[in-house]
Amino acid sequence: MARTAATLPAGDHVLNACADRYRFTVGLAASLLSSKVSLLPSTHTPEVIRQLAAFAPDVFCLTDAAHCDIDLPRVHYADGSDRTGSHGSHDPPWQPPEIDSGQVAAYVFTSGSTGTPLPYKKTWGRLLLCVRNGAERLGLRDGRAYALVSTVPPQHMYGFESSVLLGLQSGGAVCAERPFYPADVCSAHAAIPRPRVLISTPIHLRALLAAEVSLPTTDLIVSATAPLPQELAREVEHRLSTRLLEIYGSTETGQIAARRPAHTLEWRLWPDVSLTSKDGQTWAQGGHIEQPTAMCDVLESTGADRFLLHGRLADLVNIAGKRSSLAYLNHQLTSIQGVVDGTFFLPDETPASRTGVTRVVAFVVAPELDAATLVNELRKRIDPAFLPRPMLFVDRLPRNSTGKLPQEALRAFAAAHLKSAT
Amino acid sequence: MSEKGSSLRQPAPAANSAALEREVADLIVQALNLEVTAQDIDPDAALYGEGLGLDSIDILEIALVVSKQYGVQLRADSEENEQTFRSLRHLVEYIAAHRTK
Repeated sequence: MARTAATLPAGDHVLNACADRYRFTVGLAASLLSSKVSLLPSTHTPEVIRQLAAFAPDVFCLTDAAHCDIDLPRVHYADGSDRTGSHGSHDPPWQPPEIDSGQVAAYVFTSGSTGTPLPYKKTWGRLLLCVRNGAERLGLRDGRAYALVSTVPPQHMYGFESSVLLGLQSGGAVCAERPFYPADVCSAHAAIPRPRVLISTPIHLRALLAAEVSLPTTDLIVSATAPLPQELAREVEHRLSTRLLEIYGSTETGQIAARRPAHTLEWRLWPDVSLTSKDGQTWAQGGHIEQPTAMCDVLESTGADRFLLHGRLADLVNIAGKRSSLAYLNHQLTSIQGVVDGTFFLPDETPASRTGVTRVVAFVVAPELDAATLVNELRKRIDPAFLPRPMLFVDRLPRNSTGKLPQEALRAFAAAHLKSAT
Repeated sequence: MSEKGSSLRQPAPAANSAALEREVADLIVQALNLEVTAQDIDPDAALYGEGLGLDSIDILEIALVVSKQYGVQLRADSEENEQTFRSLRHLVEYIAAHRTK
């Protein structure tokens, strides 16, 4: 950790792009010790990197990739003799150093409606409080040292809290590898000692059930980023003979609640967190939350610390655990040279895919552009998860006389065009 | 339209891999609900990123249908895996070499 800290350049902001969870964690610790702030954008497209550099001109990138093409000054993580064991094995627990609770550990970013990511400050003390509460609610503070393996990247808020920070707090071990294919999830899980936890998402859990692999005995499965249907939760618990707990949170607030979906739809809030309703929006505050924050979902209080989740606010899109806003995506689309007008649209139906993912659609008015060029331009700006499928070129959008695109008109337009496209 | 050489039983690698290529391309198009048709997929074009423009969600989806259809479990720790999704041709070679169905 000290060795890594010594290699970090002078800038106060670091983009920790290490894919390996151990290296990410050491990089995070080194940054904290040097009072550097880690920046955690949700994606690393060229456009976002540009915006990050505008936000913090002294930002540099810490990477462990053989070929990193992030357009920032780069420092390569240097493995030393402290990396023992063969790859894929868990790492021994280590003591976190004393860090002031008020220290700004990180900035996370969400997609604003203006096309520029919005920063949210995360102080160390509140991050730890949140994760400690989480560990308690997940039943991981029973005196046993749990080993964690996760399919979520450490840069994602969920992965950051529930694998990196949870690992630091629990004193247990965290698997450095991030398994992807079902067969790999199984072998990574089998390789770590019990008691062990799988931190994952609905997509990967669905894939595990659909693949013909057998998961070794697991002590707990944690899911987040999208609500898990109860039947799926029951199937996971039944087939894998385990408990499945779900976490609810947001990039802005961090995790704030949990439930056991196989048993109940109700969520239970973290200690001292409360919800209030204002003008049709739900606000969360208290506890570890940095400041009162408007939530992007509709939450209905059902008790002092309980609520039901009723779905997202209209503008938001969540694909495979990545969140964006239609306004942000539209802004990116229409800023492309040659695009006269355009809009993204999220269809209602979920296709019959094994991973359960619904893609966004886009309607574009761009007489001078071809599809390939347009997609390449989009790829520079937005996360691949949001690339439209399909992207349809049209003559014009159904805007009304004031230039607005009413939801109903867009819905009807989409229905007509999508039907004729198949 | 009938396949050329379909009545011949002798192994003819070129014809077999072309047929498997078409089969896998069909599988991909159907599983991912793509706008292109199987014939449109250039066997040597990139599947991931630019080229066919698939992302990691799609890769997972493909891994599932491939495992169901051919009994092949895709893994990330093999040397060859960097190559597996390089192109349709690479994927098909991997399937042909490891299939159990």
